[in-house]
Amino acid sequence: MSPMARTAPVPAATDPAIIRNFCIIAHIDHGKSTLADRMLQLTGVVEQRDMKAQYLDRMDIERERGITIKSQAVRLPWELDGRTYALNMIDTPGHVDFTYEVSRSLAACEGAVLLVDAAQGIEAQTLANLYLAMENDLTIIPVLNKIDLPAAQPEKYAAELANLIGGDPEDVLKVSGKTGMGVEDLLDKIVRDLPAPVGNADAPARAMIFDSVYDTYRGVVTYVRVVDGELKPRERIQMMSTRASHELLEIGVSSPEPVPSKGLGVGEVGYLITGVKDVRQSKVGDTVTTLNNPAPESLGGYADPKPMVFSGLYPIDGADYPVLRDALDKLKLNDAALVYEPETSAALGFGFRVGFLGLLHLEITRERLERDFNLDLISTAPNVVYEVTLEDKKVVTVTNPSEYPDGKVSEVREPMVSATILAPNEFVGAIMELCQGRRGDMKGMDYLSEDRVELRYRLPLAEIVFDFFDLLKSKTRGYASLDWKADGEQVADLVKVDILLQGEQVDAFSAITHKDKAYSYGVMMTGKLRELIPRQQFEVPIQAAIGSRIIARENIRAIRKDVLAKCYGGDISRKRKLLEKQKEGKKRMKMVGRVEVPQEAFIAALSSDESKDKSKK
Amino acid sequence: MPSVLPLGDPAPADGLLPPQAAAGAQDRDFCLYVHIPFCSVRCGYCDFNTYTAKELGSGASQDEYAGTLNAELDLAAKVLPASGLPRRPLSTVFFGGGTPTLLPASDLAAILGRATELWGLAPAAEVTTEANPDSVTPESLQTLAAAGFTRVSFGMQSAVPHVLKVLDRTHDPERVPQAVRWAREAGLHVSLDLIYGTPGESVADWETSLDAAIDCQPDHISAYALIVEEGTKLAAQIRRGEVPGIDDDDHATKYELAEARLAAAGFGWYEVSNWARTEADRCRHNLSYWRGDDWWGAGPGAHSHMGGVRWWNVKHPAAYGQRLSTGVSPAAGRETLDAATRKLEHVMLQTRIIDGLRTQELGPQGRNAVAGLIADGLVDGPAAFDGTVRLTLQGRLLADAVVRRLLED
Repeated sequence: MSPMARTAPVPAATDPAIIRNFCIIAHIDHGKSTLADRMLQLTGVVEQRDMKAQYLDRMDIERERGITIKSQAVRLPWELDGRTYALNMIDTPGHVDFTYEVSRSLAACEGAVLLVDAAQGIEAQTLANLYLAMENDLTIIPVLNKIDLPAAQPEKYAAELANLIGGDPEDVLKVSGKTGMGVEDLLDKIVRDLPAPVGNADAPARAMIFDSVYDTYRGVVTYVRVVDGELKPRERIQMMSTRASHELLEIGVSSPEPVPSKGLGVGEVGYLITGVKDVRQSKVGDTVTTLNNPAPESLGGYADPKPMVFSGLYPIDGADYPVLRDALDKLKLNDAALVYEPETSAALGFGFRVGFLGLLHLEITRERLERDFNLDLISTAPNVVYEVTLEDKKVVTVTNPSEYPDGKVSEVREPMVSATILAPNEFVGAIMELCQGRRGDMKGMDYLSEDRVELRYRLPLAEIVFDFFDLLKSKTRGYASLDWKADGEQVADLVKVDILLQGEQVDAFSAITHKDKAYSYGVMMTGKLRELIPRQQFEVPIQAAIGSRIIARENIRAIRKDVLAKCYGGDISRKRKLLEKQKEGKKRMKMVGRVEVPQEAFIAALSSDESKDKSKK
Repeated sequence: MPSVLPLGDPAPADGLLPPQAAAGAQDRDFCLYVHIPFCSVRCGYCDFNTYTAKELGSGASQDEYAGTLNAELDLAAKVLPASGLPRRPLSTVFFGGGTPTLLPASDLAAILGRATELWGLAPAAEVTTEANPDSVTPESLQTLAAAGFTRVSFGMQSAVPHVLKVLDRTHDPERVPQAVRWAREAGLHVSLDLIYGTPGESVADWETSLDAAIDCQPDHISAYALIVEEGTKLAAQIRRGEVPGIDDDDHATKYELAEARLAAAGFGWYEVSNWARTEADRCRHNLSYWRGDDWWGAGPGAHSHMGGVRWWNVKHPAAYGQRLSTGVSPAAGRETLDAATRKLEHVMLQTRIIDGLRTQELGPQGRNAVAGLIADGLVDGPAAFDGTVRLTLQGRLLADAVVRRLLED
């Protein structure tokens, strides 16, 4: 049994040969956090009594949803064969929307623990991250977790893993994060199998930022992996993408609480504090160097976060607009991917058009805004970014259907994704049907094991942002998993469908859809609105139109009776009070032309019927 | 009157009214409403303040009721002058219920007699009682006429047995023309009350009822859309799916049919739910409600109004009787309306009647709304040019919406 390290190696004076940098690749509920907690305990960096379950997931929403959004790095001492090693466990975000962050976390490591639930097998997103790790030449340690479960099938899934990464099923480690079984063996294996980091200690300093977190008290905390040279406190550092320089107020390692150090050397992982207040000044993927002796070249691989999905966010109470603005400004400090600009909707008033990495990012942001800032919001149907080329060759970028140009359009390009779906083979037919219905192009299909299949599709992003995942889950009784990444764009036959109430266009309901789906969108939306809008004193036609062509129509018949038959002596007070109440109620109506539309109608029309719980991909 | 009392301010034990009640009283008619809270059977749709004999304990019996009610009249005769109101003869008296004719005609006569002693009747005063077709006889009607009653309003409701059954009405429809004839023979003016839109009533059923009512040749017809009030047996039956619910479009169709049939038979509308053969046949008592006149409402749960002060009595006949027996005003609560609220009520009520509302009484926004209402066919154009907002047929069906638009600010 491997003992707890007696003396931990000191940061800034650690030989790269005794450093091991690794991350854990796992699906959402396959037990990554529990395993990480167990490692913290076994290495003695967290006392038993201080153990908060899932120590590394800090934010409440993350703990509630059981997902890790922001990664952190923990330095763990571990003794093997009489030598004490410094293990840096780099936590990776566990969701499809954060692929870029995952790729930077992986780039900070030499190896990865591939953690798979022994009762469920590998999931699509894990597979995608595994491929990413293999592309980065990381050493993979395959591990089956939860082997204490009665439903565990370690032989079956060990074979699956061996098949995926090459190797012998016998080499797959079997652990239980819950009981601690096999975790020490895993730590030993990390030391033995993973290569030590390699770098030039004498070269100008180069460190890669793999995470950046805003802390109310300390400002931005930047997590880095040093590749070459050394970073020291009180030095001026420079961000190579922007050439901005900052004084290094504090440098240190997490174990897991921050511990200042005399610096960080080659291969080491730790944090920097410079006093900046916005994570945009410390971007994930950027290279940090020193101002006095700057590196001539960055480490490469930096990319600006690119919003993929846009949605309009509007306060239900218009008076909350300033609160929403301040709330977004605050969230932005800790979310470099969040972009927004003010937007006005004729129907919804003042709000913001907000760009997100994906749907989970949207939902988490919205939930934080509502919970932490006590806001009630309407979010418009999410849409992707279109490049519209006009006949005069002018190109317009459309992030909101209402910006779709009225002029002659020669070409519309839409963003594409490559998607990986894993599912039991009995659902292949249902999945293919779904993907084809979403304009998917099948790229391949492989059996991971006897009864589990990997399907690869290229799909328009627009086709998966709304209800694709919910449908996938319901068609596969919850067994399918999905991962996607951006994959260029394509020219497509797209049109804008407008919804008109009594001839008046309602901007909030406009949508850009494929020509073949315009009709069904029109029928769906006009039908929904007919149910949601109360009858008025006049007939209200609801039309769906492409340009001036009407493609669907519903009618709200005029209300024929709105009078209380009786109004005698004893009824007058009651009737007056009713009238006053009705006048009050009218204030909560949005006027579209002469049509009174209740707020609830907007909320209901814009939410997908099965939009609940689509977040856990 | 509805069984649920409004929320209001407390009313004082002596019943005295605030000074506002007396202002301008000389220009307003003075009326009396007498509530008789008894029925032989409780109808499934009814949420009025009424009780069957079985439901009432001691101290609230029908025998003692005339005496108790007269005690309130005596109190009114003290309260009004003490509150600065002038003595005015009664321009109208209305006995409603419940079923007033469950009391012996002599009791009704006695109450009317006491009121006449206290205030006197104005020349050509209108004195009405509601009645069930099966609770009158030629003799009882003669007695009423002799005592000074001028008008009887029969609760006919429908001429179709299956509709009457849903309404829990016990009378035989054949009885109605007979009762009308007896009333005429006694020299009384006659009104018939109809209800339309009862669950299960077809359009043809409603035509049958309208025709039957017209055939009786009354002077006045009221036709009310059935309102399903919360807490009634009918509301529960609809909730449980035992009878179909109410359909506003069906109500509208039947209202239009009523207007067509009644107009063809020579009845003119003068309020949303009321038609009369001539102007003289209109119910002046009810018009007083809508025109904002003064009335004292006597009896449990009865509402009163004097110059923008509204009050209402305790609901239960036993509590009512107990208060009066100890010399305490039966008023349970009241509200004193400010000028803006009186204005709102004025618009709300005046719009319902054929007199209409003077456009100059509206604010600038309301006057602007009139043009839109004419364009939408809800307000009569020529009348509006003459300065009166008068509802069209379509406007009557949407009267509440019209009022909201007139009051928009």
